[in-house]
Formats: sequence, C-alpha cells, structure tokens
Amino acid sequence: MAACSSNSNMRREEQTEEKKKAREKSAKKRSKEEGDEGDEGEEIFSFKDKAAVDEEEDDDLSDSEDSVYSGLEDSGSDSDDEDDDDKDDNEEEEEEEDGSGNEDEEEDLKTETQQTGQTEQKKTTTMKKKKEGKEVTEEEKVNEYEHDSSDEEDIRNTVGNIPMEWYKDFPHIGYNLDGKKIYKPIRNKDELDEFLDKMENPEYWKTIHDKQTGRDIVLSDEQVDLVNRLQRGQFGDVNFNEYEPTVEFFTSDVMIHPVTNRPADKRSFIPSLIEKEKVSKMVHAIKMGWIKPRRVEDDSKGRYYDLWTGEDSSLVAKHKMHLPAPKIPLPSHQESYNPPPEYLFTDEERALWDQQDPSDRKLPFVPRKFSSLRQVPAFPRFIHERFERCLDLYLCPRQRKMRVNVNPEDLIPKLPKPKDLQPFPTTQSLVYRGHTGLIRSISVSPSGQWLASGSDDGSVRIWEVCSSRCMKTVQVGGAVKSISWNPNPAVCLLAVAVESVVLILSPSLGDKQVISATERLLSGQQEAETTEGEGPVSWIETEGEELNQGIHLKIQHAKAVQQVAWHAKGDYLASVMPDHSSHLQVLIHQLSRRRSQNPFRKNKGLVQCVSFHPIRPYFFVATQRCIRIYNLVKQEMTKKLQANSKWISSMDVHSSGDHVICGSYDCRLGWFDLDLSTKPYKMLRHHKKAVRGVAYHRSYPLFASASDDGSVIICHGTVYNDLLQNPLIVPVKVLKGHEITHDLGVLDVTFHPTQPWVFSSGADATVRLFT
Amino acid sequence: MGGLQKKKFERGSATNYITRNKARKKLQLSLPDFRRLCILKGIYPHEPKHKKKVNKGSTAPRTFYLVKDIRFLLHEPIVGKFRDYKVFVRKLKKAYAKTEYSDVERLKDNKPTYKLDHIIKERYPTFIDALRDIDDALCMCFLFSTFARTGKCHVQTIQLCRRLTVEWMNYVIASRSLKKVFLSIKGIYYQAEVMGQLITWLVPYQFSHDHPTDVDYRVMATFTELYTTLLGFVNFRLYHSLNLVYPPKMDSKSDLELKGEDEEDYAMDSESYLEKLSALSTSLARVFSSVEDEEAQLDQFPVEGEDMENMEAREKEQKQQETQTKLFEGLKFFLNREVPRESLAFIIRCFGGQVSWDKSVCIGSTYDATDETITHQIVDRPNIDKQYISRYYIQPQWVFDCVNAKILLPVEDYFMGVTLPPHLSPFVEEKEGDYVPPEKLKVMALQQGKKPAEEQEEEDEDEEDEEGEDEEEEDDNDDDEEDEEEEAEEKSLKKMEEQRSQGKSLQVKVTPGKVKVENPARLEQEQKAEEKRLAIMMMKKKEKYLYDKIMFGKKRKIREANKLAAKRKAYDDAEKAKKKKARK
Repeated sequence: MAACSSNSNMRREEQTEEKKKAREKSAKKRSKEEGDEGDEGEEIFSFKDKAAVDEEEDDDLSDSEDSVYSGLEDSGSDSDDEDDDDKDDNEEEEEEEDGSGNEDEEEDLKTETQQTGQTEQKKTTTMKKKKEGKEVTEEEKVNEYEHDSSDEEDIRNTVGNIPMEWYKDFPHIGYNLDGKKIYKPIRNKDELDEFLDKMENPEYWKTIHDKQTGRDIVLSDEQVDLVNRLQRGQFGDVNFNEYEPTVEFFTSDVMIHPVTNRPADKRSFIPSLIEKEKVSKMVHAIKMGWIKPRRVEDDSKGRYYDLWTGEDSSLVAKHKMHLPAPKIPLPSHQESYNPPPEYLFTDEERALWDQQDPSDRKLPFVPRKFSSLRQVPAFPRFIHERFERCLDLYLCPRQRKMRVNVNPEDLIPKLPKPKDLQPFPTTQSLVYRGHTGLIRSISVSPSGQWLASGSDDGSVRIWEVCSSRCMKTVQVGGAVKSISWNPNPAVCLLAVAVESVVLILSPSLGDKQVISATERLLSGQQEAETTEGEGPVSWIETEGEELNQGIHLKIQHAKAVQQVAWHAKGDYLASVMPDHSSHLQVLIHQLSRRRSQNPFRKNKGLVQCVSFHPIRPYFFVATQRCIRIYNLVKQEMTKKLQANSKWISSMDVHSSGDHVICGSYDCRLGWFDLDLSTKPYKMLRHHKKAVRGVAYHRSYPLFASASDDGSVIICHGTVYNDLLQNPLIVPVKVLKGHEITHDLGVLDVTFHPTQPWVFSSGADATVRLFT
Repeated sequence: MGGLQKKKFERGSATNYITRNKARKKLQLSLPDFRRLCILKGIYPHEPKHKKKVNKGSTAPRTFYLVKDIRFLLHEPIVGKFRDYKVFVRKLKKAYAKTEYSDVERLKDNKPTYKLDHIIKERYPTFIDALRDIDDALCMCFLFSTFARTGKCHVQTIQLCRRLTVEWMNYVIASRSLKKVFLSIKGIYYQAEVMGQLITWLVPYQFSHDHPTDVDYRVMATFTELYTTLLGFVNFRLYHSLNLVYPPKMDSKSDLELKGEDEEDYAMDSESYLEKLSALSTSLARVFSSVEDEEAQLDQFPVEGEDMENMEAREKEQKQQETQTKLFEGLKFFLNREVPRESLAFIIRCFGGQVSWDKSVCIGSTYDATDETITHQIVDRPNIDKQYISRYYIQPQWVFDCVNAKILLPVEDYFMGVTLPPHLSPFVEEKEGDYVPPEKLKVMALQQGKKPAEEQEEEDEDEEDEEGEDEEEEDDNDDDEEDEEEEAEEKSLKKMEEQRSQGKSLQVKVTPGKVKVENPARLEQEQKAEEKRLAIMMMKKKEKYLYDKIMFGKKRKIREANKLAAKRKAYDDAEKAKKKKARK
C-alpha cells in the first residue's frame, strides 16, 4: 500500500502539474483526495481497467467499449458512493443532487485532460468534477462529445504500442505528454517479493500489473464484479433491464392522417422498366427452353402396362440380322452341391486344374461335395460370372455357325463291294526263302512258271512259282539292282543289272526248244558284233565258270546301272544309269545285233526309271518330277506327264499302253490316263510310307503298289469303253506279310502274267506270293 | 482408257464396318455413354470375314460394328437424353462451384430422365421374344435383389429388383409352371415353362456378397436398368394372362388372416405388404374372383387313325403334367429355421403343398410347429429335441429330388442325419453312349413303377451297359485282333518251315488236322470292317478330315464315359471293402 501511495503521489506530481490551479481552488478536497489512496487508486484503475480490456479484446470491439463505458459510468458513480470516505458522503450527495453538469472551474482541467485523450480517464475526471459541483458550459459539452467519439487509449505514456521490455534497462518507462520521463517504480519486485505478496496480501488475486506504467493496481469489488459479469456475458450495468417493453417508433394502429402528406410519385403509377426488362428476359428464356418451369413429378417411369397389345410382325422383319444371344449352358452333375463321387476331382485332376490357365480349363470351378445343404457357402465368383455374361452380351461378336450335323457313315463313299470285283489276290499262299539280303527286284517269266529274284547278297535265284523251289542260284558278285525277264515267250533270257554291268543270263529252264532258241539267239549274234566299233559300252562274251552258270553276255557300262527294261518283242533292252551331270543316262541295247545307242542328246533331269510302250514305238522316261514319252520312230517327245509328286520311285505301263501308274517316295500313287490329260487322273494316298514299286496286271484290271510300310495294296482299276463313264479305281485288298527291316518294307511287286497273283519282295529277304 | 482411279477400301466390306472409336465419334458420345447405348439397344460388334480388308490393310486388333447398326443408333431418342444429361451434370457442377444452391435445387428438379419402354418394344417385338430372352434378366434381378442396400447401387434399384422378382415368383406359383430345380454350388437353378418357353434362372444362396473390385458395376447397373423394365412389362402381361391383378394383391381371404399379426413391426404399410408378398405364402387376388381354377380342357375333335395316336400321346403327356403340378398336394410342410425358407416355400407352393415356418423367421407363417396335421418337417440339422411321430423329418434335398423325379421319392434316404444320396442335375439328358450315373437309373426305375428292392437287377443292367460300350470298342479293335491272328498263324507256319529247312530232325509227324471252325457271322463282320476301311481310304481329303474329327470326338466321349464308369467302379469297390471290414 505504501508503494501504491508513493506511486500515486509521484504520478500526481509528474502528470498534473497543470492541474494545480484547480487543486488550489478546491484545496481542501484535493488534499483530501490526494491523501486518499483508494480514490487515487480507483482513478488509475479505471484507466487500467480499460487497458486490460483492450489488451484482451484488441481494439475493434467498439460495442464492448460502449458497454464498458456505460458500466463504468455507473460503477464510477457507485464506487464513488461506496469507496469515498464517509466524510465526503454528504458532500457527494449534495453534488449529485446539484446536477451532473455543473462544473465551472473544471474547464481548464478539462482542456488539460482532453489532451490526454483517454475517454475513461476523462469521464472519471468529469465525475470527479461533478462531485465538485461546479457549473458546466455548453462549450464544454461540445468538447466532451468530441472526445467521446475517440476510442483511443489513454496515452499517458507516449511510447506507443511497443514491447515494454525495450525499456527494461532504463530507469524510466516512457515519456509523458510533455516529453518528461516517466520513471519506473523505485524498486522492482523480484520473485520472492512476488511470492510473499502472494502469500500475505489478501488482495493479491485482484491485483494486476500495468506494464505500460509499471504499476500494480488493485481492482475494487465493483470492478471485479464488472469483470465477472462481462465474463458471464451479461450487461455491464447491473441495473440495465434488457427486457424492457419496446417503445414503438411508429404505432401499429392505422391513423386517420398519414404521417406524411406528400403526394405519390409518378413512378409509383408507371410499371417499372427494370422489372419489365427482367421479366421479359425470363419469358424469353422460358420460350427458348433455357428455363423450365418446375416439372410435375413424373412417376410414369416405374409404371407398367401391356406393351405388346398390338403385336405387329412388321418389326420382326426389321431385325432379321439380329442374332439372339446364346443361352448359358445348363449345369451338369458336376455342379451339384452333392455330386455322385465319380464327378469329383481326383488329386491329379485337381493338380492339373490348378496348373491350367483359367481359359484352358474344362470346368470353370472345382466340383465339391457337401454333406448337407446348410454347409454350402456362397459361391465366391458369382458376381464375376454374371459380369462376364454381361460383357459377353455386349462385347462379343456373334456369328451364326453352321453346325456340321452329318452322320459320319454318310461321309464314307459308296464303293462296289470287293467281292464283286474279284478275282484279286487275297491271301498269302507261298513264301520264297533263301536270300540273305534284301531283295530289290523280282521278275516273272512270260510263261508264268518261273520267278527270278535279285538280292543284295550278290545272287540271283530262280524259283518255280508253284512249288516255291529254288531251281537255280547264280552268283553274280555284286548287289543286284534290277532284274528283268525277257518278255519274248520263245526265249528264256534274263537281264540282270549288277553294279555297272548288265548281265544277259540264260537260266536254261523249261522246254528244250526254248533253250535251244535262246542258245541260237545268243550265238548267232556274234558275227554282227564284231562289225561294231567303239561305243559307250562294251559287249563282253563270257566263258568258263560264268558261262557254266548261264551268264552269256556282259554289257559293261561306264557307270552303275540302276534298272534294265526289255522291249515287248524281247530284242531291245534299255538300261538306266542315273546321273545328274551327264546326258548319258539311258542306253538302248539291241541284243540281236549287239549294238548300243544313246537315244538322248540332252540331260533332262535325273532319270529314275524307263519303260517301253508295249505296242507302239514309244519310250517312257521317268525323271524326278515328271514322265516324258518319246516317239522312237520320229525321235521326238510326244508327251510330258506331271506326276504332282516330289520324287518318282517307280512306274509301270498298262499292257494296252493307255494308262500309266507311278509311285513316289512321298507316299503317293498317280494313275494317268494318257488320252485324257497330262495330270494324274487320280492320286491315291493309301500308303503311310514311301511307295517303292508299282505294277499292272497284264490281263486283269488290277494294279498293285508296294510300300515301305510293309503292305501291298491291290487296287481295281476299270476303264469303261463308254467314255462318259468315269474310270473306276477302287482299293480292294491290303496285303500284309513283309516285315519291316531297317525301315524298309516291300521293295518290289509284280503280277503273275496270267493268274491274278501278285509277288512281292521285301527287305526281310523273302519273296511272297499272294493268291 | 480414262476413268477415275479406283481407290482401295472405298467399296466392299470395308464400307460395311466401322470401328468403335469412329462410331463413337459419329454419335458424339463418350465411351461410357456409347457402351450404355449399346447395352440398351442390344448392339454388339461384328467379326468381319476378312479382317485385313475391313481394317484397311492393318492387322491391328479392332472392334468393328456394322455401319447399319450405328446408323440405327443415330436415330435413337435416348442419345439426345444422354447429351442432356451431360449438360445437366456440367450445369450442376458449375452451380455447386459457385455455391448457388438455389440453382442446384432447380437443376435437380429438372434432372433429365428417360424411359426404356420403346426400346423394349423395339428389341422384343413380340411377347414371346421377350420371354425367350428373360433368363438373363431374371438372373440379374435376383442377384441385385440380394445386394445390401448400401454402396454398390441405388437403393431404389435394389427395391425394384426385389419387387419384380417377388412378382415373378408369385406368378410361377400361381401358374404352377415350375419344372426343374437344382441345387448347385453356385446357387439354386430353377426352370419354369412359361407359355411354352423354358426359362432357367439362377438364384444365389442367401449370403452377403463380397464385392469384387475388378467388376464394373456401371455396366451391370445399365443392364439391370434394362432388365427391370423388361421384367416389369413381362410380369404385367403374365399377370393379366392369368387374370391376376397387377401390381399383385393378396387374396382378400388370406389378407384378412394375415392382418393384425405383424403389422406393428413395419413402419410403412407398403413395406409390410411387399414382405408379405415375398413370404410367398398367400395366393393372389384375381380380377374376376368368381372364376375358380378352370382347367383348359382339350376339346375332343373327331380324329382319324394317324392323329389318334398323337392325340392320345398328347393327352397322356398332359395328364402326367397335371399330376406333376399336384405333386405336393395334400402335404403339409413345416420349415425349420435353418433351411433356405424362400426357395423351399416357393417350390412347395409351386407344387401345391402347404407350407409354414416359425413365426419369428418371417412374416406370413400360417400354422405352428405344433400343428398335428403337418406331414413333413424339413430339417437340416443332425438331430432335433422334440419329435412328433405323425410327421417325417427330412432334409431339404428331398423336396428338390422329388420335383426333378416328378414322383414322391421314398423318404428313408433323406431322413435327418442320414448320408444323402447324390443330387443329380435334372438338366442333363443322356444320349446313347453317355455315362449315366447309377442313381439316375435308380430314379428312372422308380418312375417306371419298379420297386427299389430290385437294385441287384439294376446293377446287372449297369454291367450290361458297360459291356455294350466294350463291344463298341471291340469293333475298333477288330482289325488289330485280326492282324494278331494272322501273325500267330504265320509264326506257327514259320516254325514248321524252320523245322523243315533244318532238315536234320525230319520227324515227319502227321497229326490229325484241326478243322478250322469258321464263324460265318464273324467272317462277315470282318469283311464288312475291311470294306469300310478300304472305303475310308478312298475318301476325299476334306471329307476324311471331317470324318476323322467326328470320330475323334466320338472316341473322346466314349473315353470320358469309360473314365467316369471306372472311377465309379473304383469308388464302389472301395465302399464295399469298407463295409466288409466294418462287418467283420
């Protein structure tokens, strides 16, 4: 309290030197007041209070300030009543009674205080002045209002709104309006003081520190009350009644006289242009459909009616192109919740299912078995499946697929029964054994009594057909590539191709007449031979051991001979020496004159086999891809047959000379009709492996093909005299018997000249007869 | 010669097709809108025959539509609505962005909507067309009606789906047109014959769905939009064909019975009404209540000889059908709470049975579990505390199997806690040579009136069947056997020859020759087989290919059937062995 008083004293001294006049005028009271610390304190506080409020609420809340104002005014008067010493009571009352506005002496004081600019301060001071009971002039009032409007802070300290720490090292705390220093209180409180104060001072809780002036201020009870009220959100003034009845400015009752007698404006009679503009805009917008009037709730969306009342078929025709979506396939037993046990997956099937890509799976789910319905869970892919169906419906192209609904039996062509096409060989009746190597070539004597076979074991064997006895074995000292019986029934001669030699062999079997005729033929030629000079080949007469074996002549070629073929008359003999580079591939030998000649000047490809036309002077040469037919008389090519195969292996000409068959290494057999076309009339793909040999029967309409798959297929091929009827080519029998050795099956096939029998020789060193 | 130069891809198939993007641009639609339009109008892409020609020489994979189709879409009024909607969304966004909420309200009031009636009429010009295509609609609606009412789609859609499916089921009950049912692992299949069309639909089991993330619900919602419209119109027509009131109303009698029971549980009257309808326990109100079940009698026409048989056959069939629709007539069922109520109530009511359930399970129960007149109680638990002697306690599969077999099957196999016989699909129709599970044979025997005691015989039959199959196979193997015989012959011959050629032991021994008995039938068969083989050799390449393909398919089928039979046999053997062990 001492500090307080000193403070107030000091302040007094510093701030209000100019108020001295006034003080002097009311010396008594002044002195009393000065002495009264409480009063002073209060005065200070009122400013302080404002400052605090300002601090709290910034400076924009003018309303609250008003309320503060009103509250303070009252409280100020109240506080005056209560706080002032009893001595003053009477005077105060008197003053109040006198009237609030009488302040005469205060004018000066007012002007002074106005300069301080603090409203509250001013007011309090005015209140003080009221107490003093002096007269008030109009002038003053005007002034008062003037300053009342300002809500500036009390700037006793002129340093402004700065952090007060800046002054902490100085003895003063700022400057007053006159530019004099305002000094800090003499002694600063430290922590201990603070604590002691806190402990001892009962009013500590309502003491606040004013930073700007550096003083402590104790709030009065009223002020505390005010603060509390404000905090509660009540009016600052206790006596203010917020529920007072309103005083209406205008009465609600209609008076007989108008408030104003002014005649109505012209514009109140004329429609508003602005409104007109606005309305017309809206109307236009509605017309244009930009604004729609509020729509009536349309519930027709969910209303159903008989859509198909007048069904007309005109719409149906419109949608001819439209394909209805295929239905989902119906579930099978596998999908059951309790399927039969055979439909459940085994472990392997399950593993396979897991491994497979979802698109490869046969079933899109795993069949499962549940012992009762309550154990069945939800199907996890249900929504997926439905969604996939949706995608199918609108994303998948649809196509009408013609389903081939044929009975497979109908596809099989109706062929004449083999039974009706008899005779043809059906069963294997004889096996000729004796060779040790694979048998490349066989040939039957024109009488049909003898069969000659040449093998890789270097021997030629002659068999009796009916008994399968080996009548003769001739060692020729090399693998026999080809063997051919002279077709002339009057002689008994064999041509054998061994390496680069063609042997003319007389087996000397059968009738003595025939044997002697053969001898004559062979011996009679000798004279003629001598006249012949140097040729592509040399004719060698054999003697000694070889002659004893029956080998009469050797025709020495330059290269290995692949095939020999007789002319039908039995005098001419053709030999084939396949060679890519040379034009010397085919030689024609004349036996009676022991002459050889090369018919071709040019190399037209690798010659596979050759054959004479049975009746006419034609010569067939088969190269890899095609068969050329040469006229030997005119010495020109007459025809070229396209075989439509990769590599011809063998060829045979029908005894009538009109048809040719050729087998190829790519499993095909081509049947040519020379009158019709140069293309095969029919290609037969019956064999599984390369065709090695083909043969025509001389009298029966049969032909046979031998293949590496170990089978001989007999086909019936009739050509009708009626040209309109197509030739009938029907396979009639598949003959099996040869074993496949070293991937080679049947190597050669030939028919019996008179009987419907077929001989075949194979890589298993046997010759078989099928009858 | 002059003339204009012919340009490539300006005529022919290139001008008949249009790629998807071009179509979209032509219609001025965004891709989702285009998709919706295609779904609603039923336009699907086409696969051109010469893709490269159509694709202007490029081989890039593209989706092609027919130009005609797109031109057809061009005139669709809905396209305009789509554009309106686009504008609406844009305006709405703008209004939101400007926080002009009054505008938002106004816009929302004027939200463009469209109806699909004309599209339905256009896509399904006749009612039968619509019925033919209703399978997918039913499946979808049944799926959507099981969705939870949160998230994936509008609640209104779900409610509508539910309403329509309930109406459909009520129609099927009223018309007694249900034919087949099947409990699969995916759900329950139903097949009904409505106006001569077989309609199959799949209902998922009543579980909440685990919604997958890789499914585009917008597509599904668009389909549902179409399907609900379609189903609504179809329902309307069907109800009217039966003289039923649409939207369905319950019979006044039954309505009164039900009233006052559970009324207070439902906030809205309409809600409880739908629930009651979906309980499927009441019959529906008819337009003319006076007309009771009038059976369409086949008028007797004077007929002549040939038609007579047909007529009789038809009459017989109809009689059979009638008996089937009255399969459960006179039976009184009670459903325990653990069985799927809706599906069982639906099936039992379809076949004329009376059905009820516990009051707490669902609205609409008509009698209590204590009712003495109940003949069957459907239970799906191993045992039950209180049992009545007057009724059978059977598992739900019995109902389904009975419907499929068209007779009341013996209940012994389906008692509570018993291992059930396998549940077979009624949709499989075995052809000649297919594998038929023995259970099916048993049922077939029962249908023909045989007694189940003849099981032994049936098994024999089975074996016979199997033998038959074997025989078929034998045919295939004939050739091989022949070869083998020949080989054997040859071997013996060879031996003899060798012996002869060795010559040393010339134990010439003359044994009485065996008369080779030739079976003429077999010989003939062999001959035929050979003929066939030769003929096959002569087939043309194309036909041969086709023939091989067909035969391959046939053989595969046989193989599969054999595999199943073998599996079954192994299983049966294992079971028998187990039984024997148990006996010992």
